[in-house]
Amino acid sequence: MIKFSKYPFKKKVIVAAAHVLLAALSVIWLVPILWVIMTSFRGTKGSYSSTFFPTSYTFDNYVKLFTDFSVFNFPKMLFNTFLVAIASCLISTFFVIAVAYTLSRLRFRARKPLMNAAMIIHLFPGFMSMIAVYYIIKMIGWTAGPMLRVAMIAVYAGGAGCGYHIAKGFFDTVSTSLDEAAKLDGASNWQVLTKIIMPLSKPVVVYTLLTSFAGPFKDFMLAKVLCGTHRDYYTVAVGLYQMLDVEYIDQWFCSFAAGAVIISIPVGALFLATQKYYVEGVSGAVKG
Amino acid sequence: MKTRKSNKEFENKYPAADALKKGSMLTRLSVLVFGAGCLAGGQVIKGLIFLAAEAAIIFYMLQTGFHNLSMLVTLGEQEQQKVWNEAKSVYEYVDGDRSQLILLFGIITLAVVVLLILLAWISLRQAYKIECLKKEGRRIPSFKEELRELFNGNLHLTLLSLPVLGVLVFTILPLVFMISMAFTSYSVENSKLVLFDWVGLENFKRVIGLGGSLGKTFWPVLGWTLIWALVATFSNYFFGLILALFINWKEIRAKKMWRFFFVLTVAIPHFVTLLIMRTMLQPEGAVNIMLRSMGILGAKESLPFFTNATWARVTVILINIWVGVPYMLLQVTGILQNIPQELYEAARVDGAGPIVTFRKITLPYMMFIMTPYLITTFTGNVNNFNVIFLTSQGLPRSVDSTAGKTDLLVTWLYKLTIENQYYNVGAVIGIMTFVTLAVVSLITFKFSASNKNEEAFR
Repeated sequence: MIKFSKYPFKKKVIVAAAHVLLAALSVIWLVPILWVIMTSFRGTKGSYSSTFFPTSYTFDNYVKLFTDFSVFNFPKMLFNTFLVAIASCLISTFFVIAVAYTLSRLRFRARKPLMNAAMIIHLFPGFMSMIAVYYIIKMIGWTAGPMLRVAMIAVYAGGAGCGYHIAKGFFDTVSTSLDEAAKLDGASNWQVLTKIIMPLSKPVVVYTLLTSFAGPFKDFMLAKVLCGTHRDYYTVAVGLYQMLDVEYIDQWFCSFAAGAVIISIPVGALFLATQKYYVEGVSGAVKG
Repeated sequence: MKTRKSNKEFENKYPAADALKKGSMLTRLSVLVFGAGCLAGGQVIKGLIFLAAEAAIIFYMLQTGFHNLSMLVTLGEQEQQKVWNEAKSVYEYVDGDRSQLILLFGIITLAVVVLLILLAWISLRQAYKIECLKKEGRRIPSFKEELRELFNGNLHLTLLSLPVLGVLVFTILPLVFMISMAFTSYSVENSKLVLFDWVGLENFKRVIGLGGSLGKTFWPVLGWTLIWALVATFSNYFFGLILALFINWKEIRAKKMWRFFFVLTVAIPHFVTLLIMRTMLQPEGAVNIMLRSMGILGAKESLPFFTNATWARVTVILINIWVGVPYMLLQVTGILQNIPQELYEAARVDGAGPIVTFRKITLPYMMFIMTPYLITTFTGNVNNFNVIFLTSQGLPRSVDSTAGKTDLLVTWLYKLTIENQYYNVGAVIGIMTFVTLAVVSLITFKFSASNKNEEAFR
């Protein structure tokens, strides 16, 4: 590339302007994030501040999350979320990988009908079956006790089989010549799966594990509908949302920001770690 | 053409119709006595499993199943009653029927009946298969061999059984339950929350009809939902595309850094960024305060981000752009790198400028790759609960309506069911959302299938 200083003047202006524009856009995208980080360290209480930048800085908002259990028990919320996330990610990864592998590699009569059914189910608002699950769980009486956690795990993981597309896109790209060679040597389909495909598929398994682990941290709707007013079983998302309730916002707003920062760190790290597979999966699925 | 070919590939060797026509007495008997064919053919364990399943289902049906089905007709009529207890000399409440439970158990029983029919069909085909094998003089596989086959030729059965069961129980059963509510009077109206009846298509008429208040709410909400989904999908697409191309431009330095800035916003959970946006855009929020301190607004003035209908609509679309463009940027960057470079070189040789190459190469290529993705994004946007619910909450709302000016069908569904207990109307709205999406998807698929030359870029 030619050095910038060697450019003709007109081009210099254009290139510089382009960078300024990009910087301005970045500012628009970064300001809310910056603002929430600043708010989490803000010294003055309340949701409204008369200045954009805080006048004093403190760690109290973080300390409050882990010491003040009068209304919100943040450590417990974290624990609930972790518990639900770990259990549901194991189950749903198994479901997703099993379905994706089967639909990608095995050929049987019900294959096309199953894929069409998954597409039709996708057209219903996911929310609709969620409401019905809520009624059903309420009828069994699971909305009040520790069984609420089981219910949440079941709902997060139960229908996971429908979200096979990205993993299937991955399996579609693994060459079939390996399978054929193994089958000529007398391997069964099961052996092909466990001995050949699985070792090659670590990236997609890791991707599925991580994304489904992040699910309960990101989801807010389902947890809110299921938990209702049972504070003991709140996940982080519901808890943080409740902190913005009119009743609590004055006392808890800065701690909300602190909580948001705390959970954004692991979720963000997970996302940045899986981003590559996400992009590949989407473009792969389109190609296949 | 294609489907016919694939049907032939998986030819049904032992169809149930043939079994009934050509099969022996024993084979036909297998429809009634499950596993009869298997038992006679020497597959004792399998036959016994079939028989046990049949016995269990029939036991269930006799115990509660038939009762559940008969209750499903009326959905219960017994109201809760006060009964005078002589011994304690107090009134005691006697539980009446609860239509919601009756409906749920009725649907579960119907599912069991479907299972019974399915088992009968499988049993018949198994019996016919054994009969045919016998006739051809081939050996009938033992139980052990069949188990082994589950990990080879029938691996799909093993792998799919649990996930499909999960989807059936946690997605399809609840969906059927919810859909059936659309045909009942289950609602807070006329206090039909405990006992309710079938009302046929009454609710659909009320929602679609322009006369009532529901119809007057439904059509505007549907209209806004479609406009929202269209604008949200395409604005993200084009802004994402332009931003990606811009960063990809060879004069831009530190490409990775710029991309990282945008991707950072994707890394943070959606609900967090959306809630932050909401607080920032309040009348006394950070944005208004910033504008005031910059002197653009007066001391008491604030911009009506969520209080004026037009402002609110534009605001949610802008917020959606803020949330969605980085996603698009990620994907488009990946795809741009896959565009065959020869196309650009050929264009340059022919003397095409950057605008022409964009219009004739980049845009068509992106459209070609991303049409299916756009359809899914459109569906996602129609059902985009979070962006609306966590920011504008559907506001502003006029007094006489249950839906606000920025409410989508899904958020209205939430308000109708969870907040106001209009369960039957909520179910109708859900079904209407499905119908809308199905129609839109069908049209786009048809449109793109007839216009799409699959080999265009190969």
